[in-house]
Amino acid sequence: MPASYLWLIPLLPFAGFLINGTLGRRLPRALVSAVALIPTFISACLWGWLWFSMKAPGAPESIQSVVTLFGNNWIQISGFHADFAFTVDHLTLIMLGVVTCVGFLIHLYSVGYMAHEEGYWRFFAYLNLFMFFMLVLVLSANFLLLFVGWEGVGLASYLLIGFYFKKDSAANAGKKAFIVNRIGDFGFLLAMFLLIAHFGSLDFHTVFSAAAADPSTCGIYTAITLLLILGATGKSAQIPLYVWLPDAMEGPTPVSALIHAATMVTAGIYMVARSHVLFDHCPLSLGVIAVIGAATAIFAACIGMVQHDIKRVLAYSTVSQLGYMFLACGVGAYTAGIFHLLTHAFFKALLFLAAGSVIHALSGEQDMRKMGGLRKRIPITFWTMTMGVFAIAGIPPLAGFFSKDEILFHAFTSPNPLGKLLWLVGLITAGMTSFYMFRLWFKTFFGEERFEEHHSDAHHGDHAHGVHESPLVMTLPLIILALLSFIGGWVGVPHAMGGHDEIGEFLAPVFSNGTAIAEAASRGTELGLAAVSVLVALFGLFVAYVLYYKKPGTAASYAAKFPALYRVVENKFYIDEIYQALIVAPLLMFSRLILGTLFDGGVVNGSGYLAGSSARGLGALVRKVQSGNIRSYAGWLALGAAAVIAVMIFGH
Amino acid sequence: MTVPISYYLVLAAVLFSIGAASFLIKRNIITIFMSIELMLNAVNLTFVAFAHMWHQITGQIFVFFVMVVAAAEAAVGLAIIIAIFRTRQTLNVDQVNLLKN
Repeated sequence: MPASYLWLIPLLPFAGFLINGTLGRRLPRALVSAVALIPTFISACLWGWLWFSMKAPGAPESIQSVVTLFGNNWIQISGFHADFAFTVDHLTLIMLGVVTCVGFLIHLYSVGYMAHEEGYWRFFAYLNLFMFFMLVLVLSANFLLLFVGWEGVGLASYLLIGFYFKKDSAANAGKKAFIVNRIGDFGFLLAMFLLIAHFGSLDFHTVFSAAAADPSTCGIYTAITLLLILGATGKSAQIPLYVWLPDAMEGPTPVSALIHAATMVTAGIYMVARSHVLFDHCPLSLGVIAVIGAATAIFAACIGMVQHDIKRVLAYSTVSQLGYMFLACGVGAYTAGIFHLLTHAFFKALLFLAAGSVIHALSGEQDMRKMGGLRKRIPITFWTMTMGVFAIAGIPPLAGFFSKDEILFHAFTSPNPLGKLLWLVGLITAGMTSFYMFRLWFKTFFGEERFEEHHSDAHHGDHAHGVHESPLVMTLPLIILALLSFIGGWVGVPHAMGGHDEIGEFLAPVFSNGTAIAEAASRGTELGLAAVSVLVALFGLFVAYVLYYKKPGTAASYAAKFPALYRVVENKFYIDEIYQALIVAPLLMFSRLILGTLFDGGVVNGSGYLAGSSARGLGALVRKVQSGNIRSYAGWLALGAAAVIAVMIFGH
Repeated sequence: MTVPISYYLVLAAVLFSIGAASFLIKRNIITIFMSIELMLNAVNLTFVAFAHMWHQITGQIFVFFVMVVAAAEAAVGLAIIIAIFRTRQTLNVDQVNLLKN
């Protein structure tokens, strides 16, 4: 594909946003859907074209295209310049495929899911805006443009989380996401300033080739990468900035699938993988990422095990799986991280959409305690979700198994001194993941029916007629994603299992330099580790089976035995409350008392009042003179004349 | 014997001061008018005195101007005073405060 068409990929969704955003209110719903879907579909087709042209023999490893904007340079300030430039290499190609294809499927699903919602046009306008910014993020050829996309997806995420803006909780969740992300973005900005200071450029090619040529100055790289990590923890919901993602479930379910599972939250992993040249110079930063990732993975999995809201389980699961990807990057296995990103995009988008289909069937019910026995009622949703659950739990030969196993293998064999511990944490997390996913599965689809049949209700208007399967426009994306969740992992079957690791070969040109992975590890180790992780996953399945299917009620009795522990976990370790008490409350106090009362009330208002009242006092003084009484004027005149005469006589 | 100029000036100053003082103190508008005339005459006296002293005609001419202005002022002023008296039934300036504020 000629580079000159590259700009079309992000621009098409933007055109959709413009049309729907300005005219959508007056257009019929069918037209709104067409305006939103067709550009996204064309973008996906363009990606396909790009894919084949870059897979062709003799194709260049990357193509670059500069959009002519404001003259040739987007930004030019003495010595520094940045272009509005897009670039595509093999890493970008994978991300691009996830964004355009999964994005299109979710657009399609939304047509069904949002069919009865108010603000239909607004939803699709936002969704297209998100696509535009995400594609800019993925395609950008420098850190600055990446940051534009980074901020843009944050904006779209904010708008979509707060889509039901009449609900307080939704508006607050949107604000929380936005503000927490600002903290991370602050780190990203500082990292960019350091990059400019050190390299004088933000262009990927310039920076990375300079960094590759000069591996000695470790200090500055450590500073830059640590700040980049801060940015990544914000966007990708890692400790300590993960708190916004579970709350983001207030948005419509397709948003959770697209933005908060498949694409935007993986931007942090993409950014780290993209800047791997910098990270490879700093063992410290890599260690930090690995530890953050592993800690987040197990921590979020803990919370996920006891949540009752079906979407929140998936939200914590997302946080946990993102932790896995960071763990992979931290041990230098960027390929494994991107591989897991790819498979996770399939099965987590599937899980969210299937959960949305369940919620749709139950007319808005999200509490798993009020579900159960749905297997027969909504069979397509059941079977597709089953595929997603088995995939994320790591049961072979589904997608999640291969990618998760790859990460665990690389953690185990990494030269990092904590490698074995990281592997153990990852393994335990895998067991927990399997447990809470099957818990969700059993609680939702098996056992007795605990839901109430709604014959007329507010959520979906008058069309609701009890529990019903979703329309084709929603089940079709489910089926496609289920298929991808099944076979998606086969692109990365490792050599040890008789595959030939296509994704590894595909990404080799990007990660060739620096990723010193111990490929020498024996075939036996890899197979052994895989067997262990499968056993752990099956154990999770077994425990969930016993607790929630065979003897329902056992889980509750265990919870009753350790009430304090259970309450702490159920309340998410009170992290939100701790943040509230340690950071938000003191900040508010400082703002209200010191800045508000003392500074604003005392200094600002005081000086304002001082100026006002002194002018008024002066006026009151002078007003006495302006009495309008002619005799007093004359008196002042006479007094003045007398004074002049006195000065003339006695002055000398 | 010639009267020294200072005598004239002192007399004029005394007359002017009396005029100025009564202008400030009196409330009756006609009395105020008369005190203005008194001050003008005090000034006229100094003009004549200096004109005589320096043997110059200028001062005398100025006196004529002042008298013309005073006559015109008396004509217009008295007409206003009569009009005010007819509408307000008073000649007290403190009560004639139509233009105040």
